[in-house]
Amino acid sequence: MSQELRINNNKFIDQTTRLSFKFNGEKLYGYKGDTLASALLANNIHLVGRSFKYHRPRGIMTCGSEEPNAIVQIGNDPSLTDPNVRATEIELYEGLEAFSQNCWPNVKFDIGGINNLLSPLLPAGFYYKTFMWPASFWEKYEFFIRHSAGLGKSPTKPDPDIYDHKYYHCDVLVVGGGISGIMAAKLSAENNNETLLLDDKNILGGATIYQNNDCFQIDGTHTNYWLEKEIKNIKNIKNLTIKTRTSLAAYHGYNYLLAKENLTDHLSLDERKGKIRQRLWKIRAKKVIIATGSIERPLIFNNNDRPGIMLSSAIKKFIDFYGVKAGKEITLFTNNDSAYETAISLKKSGVNIVSIIDIRDKSSSKIVKEVEKHNIKIYWKHTIVNTEGYRRISFIEIMKLSDDGSGVIGKKIKLKTDCLGISGGWTPMVHLFTQSGGKLKFRSDDNVFLPDKNKTPSDQISIGSCNGDFDIKDIILNSNKDVKTFLGIENSSFDNLKVESSKEEMKRNIWLLPSDKPIGKTKPFLDFQNDSTAKDVKLALREGFKSIEHVKRYTTTGMGTDQGKLSNMHALGIIAETTGTNMGELGTTTFRPPYTPLTFGAIVGRNVGEFFDHTRKTAMHNWHVQNKAKFENVGQWKRAWYYPKDGETMFEAVQRESKAARESVGILDASTLGKIDIQGTDASEFLNRVYTNAWSKLAIGKCRYGLMLNEDGMVYDDGVTTRLGENHYIMTTTTGGAANVLTKLEDYLQTEWPELDVYLTTVTDHFSTISICGPNSKKILSKVIPDLDLSDEKFPHMSFKNSIINGIKCRVMRISFTGEHSYEINIQSNYAKHVWELCMDAGKNYNITPYGTETMHLLRAEKGFIITGQDTDGTMTPSDLQMDWIIGKKKFDFIGKRSLYRSDTIRDDRKQLVGLLTDDPKEILEEGAQIVEKLNQKPVEMLGHVTSSYFSPNLNKSIALAVMKSGKKLKGKKFFVPMENKNINVTVTDTVFFDKENKRLNA
Amino acid sequence: MFIINCPYCGERDQTEFSSGGEAHIVRPKQPTELSDDEWAEFLFMRKNIKGIQFERWNHSHGCRKWFNVVRDTSNDKIHAVYKMGEKPPVNK
Ligand SMILES: [Zn+2]
Repeated sequence: MSQELRINNNKFIDQTTRLSFKFNGEKLYGYKGDTLASALLANNIHLVGRSFKYHRPRGIMTCGSEEPNAIVQIGNDPSLTDPNVRATEIELYEGLEAFSQNCWPNVKFDIGGINNLLSPLLPAGFYYKTFMWPASFWEKYEFFIRHSAGLGKSPTKPDPDIYDHKYYHCDVLVVGGGISGIMAAKLSAENNNETLLLDDKNILGGATIYQNNDCFQIDGTHTNYWLEKEIKNIKNIKNLTIKTRTSLAAYHGYNYLLAKENLTDHLSLDERKGKIRQRLWKIRAKKVIIATGSIERPLIFNNNDRPGIMLSSAIKKFIDFYGVKAGKEITLFTNNDSAYETAISLKKSGVNIVSIIDIRDKSSSKIVKEVEKHNIKIYWKHTIVNTEGYRRISFIEIMKLSDDGSGVIGKKIKLKTDCLGISGGWTPMVHLFTQSGGKLKFRSDDNVFLPDKNKTPSDQISIGSCNGDFDIKDIILNSNKDVKTFLGIENSSFDNLKVESSKEEMKRNIWLLPSDKPIGKTKPFLDFQNDSTAKDVKLALREGFKSIEHVKRYTTTGMGTDQGKLSNMHALGIIAETTGTNMGELGTTTFRPPYTPLTFGAIVGRNVGEFFDHTRKTAMHNWHVQNKAKFENVGQWKRAWYYPKDGETMFEAVQRESKAARESVGILDASTLGKIDIQGTDASEFLNRVYTNAWSKLAIGKCRYGLMLNEDGMVYDDGVTTRLGENHYIMTTTTGGAANVLTKLEDYLQTEWPELDVYLTTVTDHFSTISICGPNSKKILSKVIPDLDLSDEKFPHMSFKNSIINGIKCRVMRISFTGEHSYEINIQSNYAKHVWELCMDAGKNYNITPYGTETMHLLRAEKGFIITGQDTDGTMTPSDLQMDWIIGKKKFDFIGKRSLYRSDTIRDDRKQLVGLLTDDPKEILEEGAQIVEKLNQKPVEMLGHVTSSYFSPNLNKSIALAVMKSGKKLKGKKFFVPMENKNINVTVTDTVFFDKENKRLNA
Repeated sequence: MFIINCPYCGERDQTEFSSGGEAHIVRPKQPTELSDDEWAEFLFMRKNIKGIQFERWNHSHGCRKWFNVVRDTSNDKIHAVYKMGEKPPVNK
């Protein structure tokens, strides 16, 4: 296939490497160096998509990240497909497949285009107004909207690609590799600064690298040749790291920046295999130089959205950089000099220019004179009032502007054209500056918002056209001067450059160009992706919207994937004009990161699958796995939940385990409980202050249960603490509370009681805990540790012994969370599995039964022991839990003591812990179920809820714990637990269901 | 994301630290002597200033020390960092 729109002498395109690709199923060709957009244009394809609301045909409009229309879906593999890719940014590779988005059944015939015919009925806020009411219709509306609208499709399978994160520190970060960025990087690196230069394109040099025009020269040579030489030179500077294909996504406080490096998106699928796709750079820079340039503004006039209407600067880049003619009969429409640069580039390549329409009265700048030499017809003081052509622009209609620019006069002239370049001046890319917290100032000469040097939050400067310099002479002079000052450099190789340029003499700005038709009958598009027009903005203002943030949301202007990079300024201009406000006072909408979309892959990096979150496993974990345990997550821990045997259900397994633990012996891996080693001469005093009960008199070798409160008097954590020596304790905490308890204790020690001599060390991972419980537990222990005297006299309940198992030191506590006679062996984790297996071996003849967390919960519920976090929720005092016995009333103080007699905590109608029995002993309550007294009340008063509920195999009936208003007074009273299909009758009881006399502890 | 100059370790990324709320709230020495209102003042009342704020920070993923920070909440600029028990180096 010949490419008649391609010119042959272009150094950025490798015409010896032909690449085949598919667009909407059609096989096409391009060359290495093309973007998808340039390759499509070379194939004379402008129509690439449909707009969001009216489904109007839309074409490639720009050549960069600001592209609102040419948004495509890449590939159709369910795990690799990539939605919302800008055709102007993706580099062509062999085998690329792209599809238009937002059109059905296809881009040329689109059902949703019916909205275009209905557009008088679809004004700003249409969706808000129409689909709000009646609410019951919403589902129908939603179906209609979702079916006919919507951008790309998400991949449906997991992403197989690899993404990377990189942390990077440097002295100076330069963002943008255009002419000012190159100058800054060179100056910085040459002056001993570790410098990083980023550019989002594959080739450095920005717009200057293809600026080959007699009017613009540096030291007697065209600007592109001069810059080429500079780029060659900087590649040899040692201190300078250059990353291309790397786009800056976000600029946070303290010069912390995120950038995304594209590593394989430009390669064919085969070449990508095994390589990292994208790398997210997390950069801390001492100083930042922003040189992100500017983007051209469109002009806002009737029907300014047809395929073939493009930014003038894009037409220039397509011809000068990619060697592609955007049309055969091109017209330019402008309010400034830059379109004349495009005209010269087109002329040089032999493209016919129909005419130039300029809204200004006249300009006699150097470049305009240069264009006039080519006998190109220029219509001064004219505007376009209408365009024609459905899938491609075919005609334009122009008229003379009135002096004040508010209307048109004279005769209408119709011109034939297949491509229209528009230029409305330039918008500095100040996104990064504002993201960093910088404030903008307004320059009214050319209506631009610029970084305010006095309102810069961190060590940074903006240079080049993002700082409002548009003339090459100003860019070079000011970039050199500003970088020297910023980095404290005295002499620069750029000090004496001779620069020639064409000075722009005049500008004229009309935010909304007039037509011969009334505005209601025109379609001057502002936001090309979301289809909001100047008309919509005016309507929103008439309806009373004043804040620009509200107008933006109501009209959806600037809310597409392009974030309104092209025409937010026009929207502001129109608002300012209509409301008679100064644009500087109006300000801009907030620029939010990322500047261009980031993939989720890049954000997540390697933290996927197993690496997504830490998993903590106990030393016996593999034993549990081998013995078919089911696991539950407790914080980051994997805990054995229950061990089903021979196809048992969870219920059956838990019933069996619970019975075995009370009838013979059970064994539990309790290693996940938090363990804090406490030492120091004030350790006892410290415990006195953090627990509610008294600790001073606890003898060495004894254990005690403690309750810890928050300063507000609410139960925070609990556990058993053992006195190992005069000044040495080991505290256990709940599994989930371990880290927070340590932090809290450290906080008090360091900030409130720094005078206490206490040292805290977390030893949760160092020791594993094996809990053995049941009437035969003593027999197991005597086999495992024959030397230990287990008599009640020598080793009573709530005491501790140091011991040795197979030469391994261990700590044995006789404590119980089940009410059974039981022991806990604490042993260095490396030996824990071995000791666990010894215990299993020793218990063979006693049917030793491993049990998991579910059985542990059931057994403790039979005894009415609370689990903090399950039976408490941060609003329960010890008294609410019927645990007044644990309050050391005589103690001078402890954390939370004063709160225990605040007016609110002494109310007797607080929710309090109770036991609940169902009238039908087989009925098991649902945890979380509400408890009520009267069924026919409206609204029904909820008195409390169930916190723990099980079927107790040892009592052969269902039992539950609950919290109820004034619960302490309700013993024996009957209530209902209303469920979906029935009301369950319950009776309030004592919280202890099993072995009320605690006889079994010493059995 | 700011950088905090831990008085024990030096400059570290904010991700290593946890915030502990308003600084210089001293736990009463004899809570039992306080009225409900006085106790509530200590327990619940915290300032939420736009501007210069005195706050506690903990180097939780580092040395685990608590210290004080003077921060402008409107722009995250840190004006001073000082150890627990020390007087603020800038006027409160
Ligand atoms: Zn530290």
